[in-house]
Amino acid sequence: MKQIDNLAVCLGMAFMVLAGSVQAGENFITLASTTSTQASGFFDYYLPLVQRRTGIDVRVVAVGTGQALKLGENGDADVLLVHDRVGELQFVEQGFGVDRREVMYNDFVLVGPKRDPARAAGSESAVAALQKIAGSKAGFISRGDDSGTNRLERRLWQEAGIDPGASGGNWYREAGAGMGAVLNMTAASGNAYTIADRATWLAFRNKTELALLVQGDARLFNQYSLILVNPEKHPHVKKQQALLFMDWMTSVEGQRAIAGFQTAGQALFKPNALQQ
Amino acid sequence: MLDLDESLVEIILVSLRVSVTATVLAAVVGFLLGAVLAIWRFPGRGALLVLLNAMMGLPPVVVGLLVYLLLSRAGPMGSLGLLFTESAMIIAQWLLVTPLIAALTQQIVADLMLEYREQLYSLGAKRWTMLQTLLWEGRYSLLTVMLAGFGRAISEVGAVLIVGGNIAHHTRVMTTVIALETSKGNLTIALALGMILIALACMINAAAAFSKIYAARLYG
Repeated sequence: MKQIDNLAVCLGMAFMVLAGSVQAGENFITLASTTSTQASGFFDYYLPLVQRRTGIDVRVVAVGTGQALKLGENGDADVLLVHDRVGELQFVEQGFGVDRREVMYNDFVLVGPKRDPARAAGSESAVAALQKIAGSKAGFISRGDDSGTNRLERRLWQEAGIDPGASGGNWYREAGAGMGAVLNMTAASGNAYTIADRATWLAFRNKTELALLVQGDARLFNQYSLILVNPEKHPHVKKQQALLFMDWMTSVEGQRAIAGFQTAGQALFKPNALQQ
Repeated sequence: MLDLDESLVEIILVSLRVSVTATVLAAVVGFLLGAVLAIWRFPGRGALLVLLNAMMGLPPVVVGLLVYLLLSRAGPMGSLGLLFTESAMIIAQWLLVTPLIAALTQQIVADLMLEYREQLYSLGAKRWTMLQTLLWEGRYSLLTVMLAGFGRAISEVGAVLIVGGNIAHHTRVMTTVIALETSKGNLTIALALGMILIALACMINAAAAFSKIYAARLYG
């Protein structure tokens, strides 16, 4: 009988843990965001400031933009911070989100091996650079995860008139992984290019032979926006705290704090909520 | 790196709390289920055994997806608000570990059954008494089974990443932080964290081994 008693005690303890984690802390919101904002270290810097100024504990689930929008659709997050204008507008139009606010931006960059076998550096546009890479068959690693970065990349290929998946050979590889994992793969391949957001690229520590080759094309503009998950669709959404967070992030103080996040003297995100 | 040091203890504690709880709960169900399958004969028993054995190889990411669909606000248990909490991670790991513990327990108890059958029947033992006796007799082997279950729980990343969300200070565990640091390109830090995870597993196994020796002396 003794062992049965022990089991009962263990079971009781386990349920106490379960119950405890349900009750812990009501003043928090769940933010579904992108891997770029997490991997760059932005949230580690920014969220303690949010907590200090608003008292709200923002819990970040970092996934690709596609998955973040899906989490919002299911009501599994209160707020989204994502970067795919087309997908966001569609999300709002379908009634899944409200109150979309553009909050900050940076840009995408084309990175590849320093020796640049496809001679992509110095291309007049990102599209021209992709055409050169495809022509040389040097290799391109795609996120392939329906993230904001992946969606932009697919639009660029379309504009370049190339269907990389169909063009034969194995020069185009879809990783199905986050930005950091793709940068690791690109660094390891020694022969491949990829498109990254500037924040993850600057914060990335395993660059080895990789270099930034193309930047500055207007197509590479990368806008991040906040969207409130529609409380009418999902009544459990913490609208009050979520709006408090959104208001602070788009306030003068919150915007200044975004500009204050720097790596090697470069701001990784530039605030633009107040310019609209 | 600095902030990592500060939160390392916290991450280890979350890892341990989640995986120990999941393993203990899985042991409660798994020991009973395994023993019942070894002692009782009922229709569908064979199919259940095959299923259990197959589920030992269940991919964590599939379990993660199932638990996500279950706990999502759009899912049947969404109103509980358990997604992205330690509870969600415990449920996922419990689902991963229970079949493993049940299947191995079934084998251990079935072997003991062969050994003790005559004795138990001659004493006129009821099946419920047999179950308790055999589980007690197999306690050292069952401890090893629990350790195997714990190993599966603490080492998996696919399920906890989906249902926990790798939220800093809440659902970030050893495996998800290793994945995160790898994605930042901090390969040395990721490797160091991996070493800590291995050391942790060694310590727990050593503790179990010592308690086994100690208990063996105590009970003879």
